Amino acid sequence: MRPVGLDEIESLAIGAWILGTGGGGSPYLALLNMRQLYRRGVACRLLDAAELADDDLVAVVSNMGAPLVGQERLTDPRTMALAITMMEEYLGRKFRAVMSLEIGGGNSIQPFMGAAVLDLPVVDADCMGRAFPEAQMTSFAIHDLRMYPLTLADVRDNAVVVARAASWKWMERISRKACVEVGSIASTCKAPRTGKEVKECAILGSTTKAIGIGRAVQAARRAHRDPIEAVLALEGGRKLFTGKIDDIARRTTEGFLRGTAALDGLDAFRGHRFALAFQNEFAVGWLDGEPHVMTPDLICVLDTVSGDAIGTETLRYGQRVTVIALPAPPVLLTPKGLEHVGPRAFGYDLDFHSVFA
Amino acid sequence: MRRRIGIDVGGTNTDAVLLEGDAVAAAVKTPTTPDVTGGITRALADLVRQAPAARAAAAVMIGTTHFTNAVVQRRDLDRVAAVRIGLPSGASLPPFVDWPDDLAALVRGEVIMLEGGHEFDGRPLVPFDVEGMREAARRIRAAGIASVGVASVFSPLNAACEDEAAAILREECPDVAVTLSHRLGRIGLLERENATLLNACLVALARKTTRAFTEALAASGIAAPLYLTQNDGTVMLAEVAEAYPVYSFASGPTNSMRGAAFLSKRDEALVIDVGGTTTDVGSLRHGFPREANNVVEIGGVRTLFRMPDLLSMGLGGGTRVTGDPLAIGPASVGYRLTEQALVFGGDVLTVTDVAVAAGLIDLGDRRRVTALPATLIGAALARIHAMIEEGVDRMKTDAGEAPLIAVGGGSFLVPPRLAGVSEVVTVPHQAVANAVGAAIAQVSGEVDQIFQNLSRDEAIARARHLAEAKAVEAGADPATLTVVEVEDLPLSYLPGNSLRTRVRVVGEIAR
Repeated sequence: MRPVGLDEIESLAIGAWILGTGGGGSPYLALLNMRQLYRRGVACRLLDAAELADDDLVAVVSNMGAPLVGQERLTDPRTMALAITMMEEYLGRKFRAVMSLEIGGGNSIQPFMGAAVLDLPVVDADCMGRAFPEAQMTSFAIHDLRMYPLTLADVRDNAVVVARAASWKWMERISRKACVEVGSIASTCKAPRTGKEVKECAILGSTTKAIGIGRAVQAARRAHRDPIEAVLALEGGRKLFTGKIDDIARRTTEGFLRGTAALDGLDAFRGHRFALAFQNEFAVGWLDGEPHVMTPDLICVLDTVSGDAIGTETLRYGQRVTVIALPAPPVLLTPKGLEHVGPRAFGYDLDFHSVFA
Repeated sequence: MRRRIGIDVGGTNTDAVLLEGDAVAAAVKTPTTPDVTGGITRALADLVRQAPAARAAAAVMIGTTHFTNAVVQRRDLDRVAAVRIGLPSGASLPPFVDWPDDLAALVRGEVIMLEGGHEFDGRPLVPFDVEGMREAARRIRAAGIASVGVASVFSPLNAACEDEAAAILREECPDVAVTLSHRLGRIGLLERENATLLNACLVALARKTTRAFTEALAASGIAAPLYLTQNDGTVMLAEVAEAYPVYSFASGPTNSMRGAAFLSKRDEALVIDVGGTTTDVGSLRHGFPREANNVVEIGGVRTLFRMPDLLSMGLGGGTRVTGDPLAIGPASVGYRLTEQALVFGGDVLTVTDVAVAAGLIDLGDRRRVTALPATLIGAALARIHAMIEEGVDRMKTDAGEAPLIAVGGGSFLVPPRLAGVSEVVTVPHQAVANAVGAAIAQVSGEVDQIFQNLSRDEAIARARHLAEAKAVEAGADPATLTVVEVEDLPLSYLPGNSLRTRVRVVGEIAR
């Protein structure tokens, strides 16, 4: 276990936004909360999963809802803490630590907000290694772990426990319904995990990884080096395309932001075209009409100059972007993993082929 | 004949024009004075001397960067009270939370957070704490604070809490100025609240400045009503506008773009304004600048309200050029161009020197740049053109070719041909395009709201109806209203096919 400084949370916000692969929501408001907490003397701690005892209990948390509602009903550490303590009361047991559901986007910082209030450490892990749009797209679901109970806390005195659910799909439907009812924003504590489950089924080291990516970007900017090259070198990633966005189409269906973006090549890619499809996050990329990269490989779209990640909601015509791929956690690449998060899980009739294969 | 006077008060110059119908009848340029009004009085006197008919103008429109400069330079700002309505939501991120420390220290007076606010679908979040509001109003009065900013959760969808807060403030402390966040629009509580608080801290300065403008006008013997121009290229009567100084933050570049549209008689075009230090690129849609849909920082404060979408580049006539390795700016000699540039006898290589050496313009002493290596001139010019080309392309919204209108003192830097540009248009009176833009301003109304369970067409029709009502309320002639902007964005994770729809309409001033 080691202390985590505010500078690392700042780096985490940058790295997690890149690992968000276009989704996961901006970490800005969560970061502002952490700045407030550190100003008041809070100090967070990061726990290596190996330090967990097999029967320790770990809270898996996330903020659930519509990103736009989050712009008005601002996220609050106390609500996140409430979801965690509700679960403790329901179980009649105390948590040893908190961990993130998804390291991509704002949910990378949510466990730190809850942990800061409750004085618990944060486990250096998550269960996506990136961001994904649906509840069953986690390493815990891939390992067929139990999906209940779930607690959901509203900022008012509303609290919901989903005691059981017949499947991940049912858990998603029931909790989503409750979330919409309280205003499409809520803090949630997902099915609790034992130390053994975390060690065997979580994606380990993802917090450290996100902090490292953010640091690499910051260091490159300070030294006036290319931040994208720094990310690629650190993570063993691959540059797929550099170009400018010349078409963008978005629509909301079944509560998801779906759409496509088209890129015209620049520099070494002049004369070539790239197309991206997304469902909240980037799912598939085509180079000159041929499938080139697909989920679960991480498809990240970065501002070519600043290296800042660009979300699927903020893509626009004329942006100069670089598309990179980062390797997916191995569990997502297994046949079972691909059933949950491969291209067919997003409706693309493609056999998964990794750019890193 | 319809006569209008347009005035642009910039950091360096105060420009004034007289428009007679669609013709520029007179145009003058005078230095801006520290008291601002001195420059205006002088410009008006010069204008009347050039065209005595200016005295019979039906309206005077002033655009000014005075309020932006006050924020950037941290001067003439008032201490304000912030009232946030939305508890128990958002308690951990109070008003001023993401302001730069130096600015917050100047502006932050009382900070009051109360229960209330609404949901995205218009339901109340919790009942509004009316008693708490009354107590807060008394506290504000006791603290001697003269300006209050009120922001309530989801107030752009339901403004009831903010309106009730304003009514209580009027009762308890009738002399305070009140800025309500829903009047400034946009969803995004912190950014909307920031704009509200910036507005609140500028209200006294705006009132003082507007009254000085009115006096300058009276002293010039012009009896016309005074309007202030807004970020979106429209106007408000000065006595109304003085309550919303943030709405004139970007009126300089906006007026310049509107003037470019008018002078070139084109409504759909890109505009490039090349000045001494920076170049602004914008995009005209139906003759108005396209609006920014994202966060705009002012003096280090993140805001989200009606602002033009502008790309500013560190490129202008005074921008420094270094060889080996070749670098263009971003440093500039600014207003000292006429002392420091090579062609003016100085020893700094500037973009203007490159342009003179390349024969793009004849300025100063050409012989002083003949010794510069042709390779350097060629490479520097190629880099400048590439910067312009990329900046212009970034502001386009689709891949089709569009015309580009070039204005500003440095417009000679814009090459006659650019990739993605159908033609580069130059206009007469380009040096006073901003004052012309002020003179032609109209009145607008805008709506930005989430609609549920409506088809896209129905949502847009509903938004249009609301926007038209707002424009008429602001003084537009209903018979002249036209829609200038329609935008819709589907929202992820919200049920019922939620659509965020923004519609803006404009019309001529009703008389």
